[in-house]
Amino acid sequence: MKPLWRWGPILVVGLWALAALLGPMLPLSPNQVDLAQILAPPAPALPLGADDLGRPVLDRLLVGARTAFVVAVGVVLVSAALGALVGGLAGLAGGWLDLLVVRVIDVFLAFPGILLAIALAGILGPGLGNVIIALAAVGWVGYARLARGQILSLATREHVTAARALGVPPFRLLLRHLLPLAMAPLIVEATFGVAAAVIAEAGLSFLGLGVQPPAASWGSMIRDGVAYMLVAPHLVLFPGLATLLVVLAVNLLGDRLRDRADVRARAAG
Amino acid sequence: MTARGTVARLLSAAGVVLGVCTLVFLLVHLVPGDPVDAMLGESARPADRAALRQALGLDRPLLEQYAGYLGGLARLDLGRSFQDQRPVADILAERFPATLELAGAALALALLLAVPMGVLAARYRGGAIDNGAMVFSLLGIALPNFWLGPLLILVFSLWLGWTPVSGSAGGLSLVLPAITLGTALAAILARMVRASMLEVLQEDYVRTARAKGLSEAVVLRRHALRNALLPVLTLVGLQLGGLLGGAVITETVFSWPGVGSLLVESIHARDFPVVQGCVLLISLIYVLVNTATDLAYAWIDPRIATRSGAK
Repeated sequence: MKPLWRWGPILVVGLWALAALLGPMLPLSPNQVDLAQILAPPAPALPLGADDLGRPVLDRLLVGARTAFVVAVGVVLVSAALGALVGGLAGLAGGWLDLLVVRVIDVFLAFPGILLAIALAGILGPGLGNVIIALAAVGWVGYARLARGQILSLATREHVTAARALGVPPFRLLLRHLLPLAMAPLIVEATFGVAAAVIAEAGLSFLGLGVQPPAASWGSMIRDGVAYMLVAPHLVLFPGLATLLVVLAVNLLGDRLRDRADVRARAAG
Repeated sequence: MTARGTVARLLSAAGVVLGVCTLVFLLVHLVPGDPVDAMLGESARPADRAALRQALGLDRPLLEQYAGYLGGLARLDLGRSFQDQRPVADILAERFPATLELAGAALALALLLAVPMGVLAARYRGGAIDNGAMVFSLLGIALPNFWLGPLLILVFSLWLGWTPVSGSAGGLSLVLPAITLGTALAAILARMVRASMLEVLQEDYVRTARAKGLSEAVVLRRHALRNALLPVLTLVGLQLGGLLGGAVITETVFSWPGVGSLLVESIHARDFPVVQGCVLLISLIYVLVNTATDLAYAWIDPRIATRSGAK
């Protein structure tokens, strides 16, 4: 139990990243239609079976891993960078700019969960890039709020006062003297952000708002598989299991990171 | 809460509502290129485009359109559906009860599961129940509802034949969608109840209650749980967002005739006024619930009132 608990999440995330990064180099045939294999159950030659067009589920699962990975990394990078900058600048500038940013954050937070992303992705149209835009447009708010709070509490530190006295311009002050110290909570948030983005991407693809066919996503695989659930449950089972494992593993790693960051904060305080 | 605090809270809520309306208005204008192209497709005839543009008022300046949109909202006029020309408000009114029913059932289910689980996990910290609750909350958060839903259908509708596959006919049809939607919330709430109970159980008044010989059940229920639930209640309000957002996917899985499945249908039909109406309705409910929770919280717990009054 213990080693599994310790290494399981790292193994799952490692395999996920490996599949995503090495996918294009593997001899996969995710779009190979084979009418003889339609809805074939898992077998030694076809480890996870075939889908309604006879395409190999394993190959599509690996391509879907790449889709989820690209979206997760893209969304987290864009929204964390945007959020840290906007929130950080607002906290640093204070005054009406800060007030405006706080109001904008409040408005974005007033949209429940994934709702705004669904509407945005729907209006922008399907496609990998639009999924990233839609999710980042919703995701930056959390980082902005976090960064703003961090900057407000850090702004009175002596090294910041010293840098200010030396005439360091605000933008540089933020990038070099403030944000590096605010990194720990932002990284924890980003880890959970990866898990959220994986679920959200699969959810959008499930609704038909994600990647376009024939590109594979775990969400669109589940969507396509639902119609054949009684005869070929493996079409729904495997992509869902992949999503569950990756999200679970990333969340567990996030918990671990958060505990560690907390301990450091407590020791320093 | 003092009168001033209440007014301040209401004013800030009004500001957020205005912001939400603005963002929903801008949604359609965010489409890269021409919204009319997006609605009609590139191959539409120029005459049709011009007609639609005029019908939507898209030929007017943006500010004028915005004023028109807000004016319409004030009269509960959300525009008309492109598909059947019916007022969006009527369509929403038709679909809303189903969403309310589903969200209510999911919330009730989540509370019924999470509160006992959290209390027992905190009471028997580190024991089997605690570990079980932890596994449940980890899994519940990671289980995508677009997967849980189909799995439940497979087991209970197709294999066992206990419940209908989809739609909303009869009470039984509510069970699977409510489980699908409520599981994630139950997982999050169980964690919160446990954490809140652990804190409260260390308080002096709990020790006093035990010392005067009250039974453990009474201590837990009357002295600990009542205090532990207060902070959880505000969080329920915030978590309702996840519930309402999740309803979109859950309703689609089960063909549940609510606002969520209406949103997805109208996105696919590129029926933008209905899309806007759905997003607006769900978001405004969320703002309303959270404002009400805040106000109620201050009313239930006078300590908050003095704090915000002093501010």
